[in-house]
Amino acid sequence: MARTSKKAVTRKQRPTVRTKRVPRPSRRVLVLVATRKGAWLFHGDATRRTWRVDGPHFLGHIINHLVLDPRDGRTLLAAAKTGHLGPTVFRSTDLGRTWKEAARPPAFAKVPDGEKGRVVDHTFWLTPCHANEPNAWYAGTSPQGLFRSDDGGVTWEPLPGLNENAQYRAWMGSVQDGTPDGPKLHSIIVDPRDPAHLYFAMSSGGVHESLDGGRTWAPLVQGLDVVDGFDRANIAFHDPHCVRLCPSNPDRLYQQNHCGIYRLDRPSHEWTRVGKNMPKQVGDIGFPMVVHPRDADTAWVFPMDGQTVWPRTSLEGKPAAFVTRNGGKRWQRLDSGLPKSHAWWTVKRQAMTADARDPVGLYFGTTSGELWMSRDEGSRWTCIARHLPEIYAVEAAEIE
Amino acid sequence: MKVLIPSPLHSYTNAREVEATGATLTELLADLDRLYPGLRFRVIDEQNNMRAHMRFFVNSEQVFDMTHSLRPTDAVHLVQALSGG
Repeated sequence: MARTSKKAVTRKQRPTVRTKRVPRPSRRVLVLVATRKGAWLFHGDATRRTWRVDGPHFLGHIINHLVLDPRDGRTLLAAAKTGHLGPTVFRSTDLGRTWKEAARPPAFAKVPDGEKGRVVDHTFWLTPCHANEPNAWYAGTSPQGLFRSDDGGVTWEPLPGLNENAQYRAWMGSVQDGTPDGPKLHSIIVDPRDPAHLYFAMSSGGVHESLDGGRTWAPLVQGLDVVDGFDRANIAFHDPHCVRLCPSNPDRLYQQNHCGIYRLDRPSHEWTRVGKNMPKQVGDIGFPMVVHPRDADTAWVFPMDGQTVWPRTSLEGKPAAFVTRNGGKRWQRLDSGLPKSHAWWTVKRQAMTADARDPVGLYFGTTSGELWMSRDEGSRWTCIARHLPEIYAVEAAEIE
Repeated sequence: MKVLIPSPLHSYTNAREVEATGATLTELLADLDRLYPGLRFRVIDEQNNMRAHMRFFVNSEQVFDMTHSLRPTDAVHLVQALSGG
């Protein structure tokens, strides 16, 4: 049974994580782009000014996430399905030169004959486990399920502490209760100080925390708003879009929610709606959330039009990122280089990310298939690629 | 028996028609997965049901029951439904 009282959660004092050094310039940035019709790899030069495109991989497959294992710098996992075939995971140990399919992709437990069991429609989110757990990965699915692999993504097992928990199943709701593309389990986060300390989020179904490696979970939704007319006490009504932990201060999390932008400083359980400090005419609705690799006061969002029927486009056709440099007290518009008008695209929750360079490089992919980047933390944007399929996810990695 | 494979699964079989064995559709899919690892899960979900857009025809008759009996002389067509568009 899930613990639902915040008082039940006791946290050990964890050591502070030392801020990582800026990577050597000799390393190159690899941008991993997952789309509705396949995957592409963009290899940057040392200055991030020119990009070599490698792809398409899996042309025609719906790729929801493509992630490089930071522990070995060469293993890629791709969450894939097609419009008609069932879901699977592909794995490469040579940066995409060759791929091999998982022997046992994420799948819910078989129920006894005559009962109605759940079926994974697609794997939506991939997260490498802790640095001290080589070859271990987590996967989040639609409908909501959490899975773990301990062999580099070859075989996957469901986490029954969540997937079979009656209270959590109630909060997950049915497939009809999810997003237009199906309910998602996403934002799987591993505390870099403690592999047993985990977070995940569900759209919908709230943010949750485990202190025992995923055996038990507790909601973490205090302070979060829900849509007008709904009861915030009901975990099922909470819709986090993207949650990120700050690498330089793992006690700080930022969240882009269906109902605003939030910050949480642990051990507090109370989220603060820092999105109220966004310009009123812009609001604080969107999907992606990006944090700075070395400065926990800096984070980026990409607001969208969340009015009336939720157009999910840039506001007034004028796309812009926003940055805070002080933990959400103030936000600054970053649109230099972006279209000034009639750009009716937006950025999905997994489709914006940062590299670890100094200055930080930012990357985002659009629903209209454009890949943009900034070499100076958002001050100036440049389009790397156009005419790709709808972009679902963008990840940036450092390789030799 | 001969099994016709739809084009989305040719990456597994490298052929549009293959030979496989089984006394039922369930057994046939198990044999196909032994021959072409990973194929079954793209067609049959974890609750042992046909996926939404996959269909089986045995001697030109559509079959929905995975326990349907098969003979070595049967012709099985695994078909990806058009599903519109």
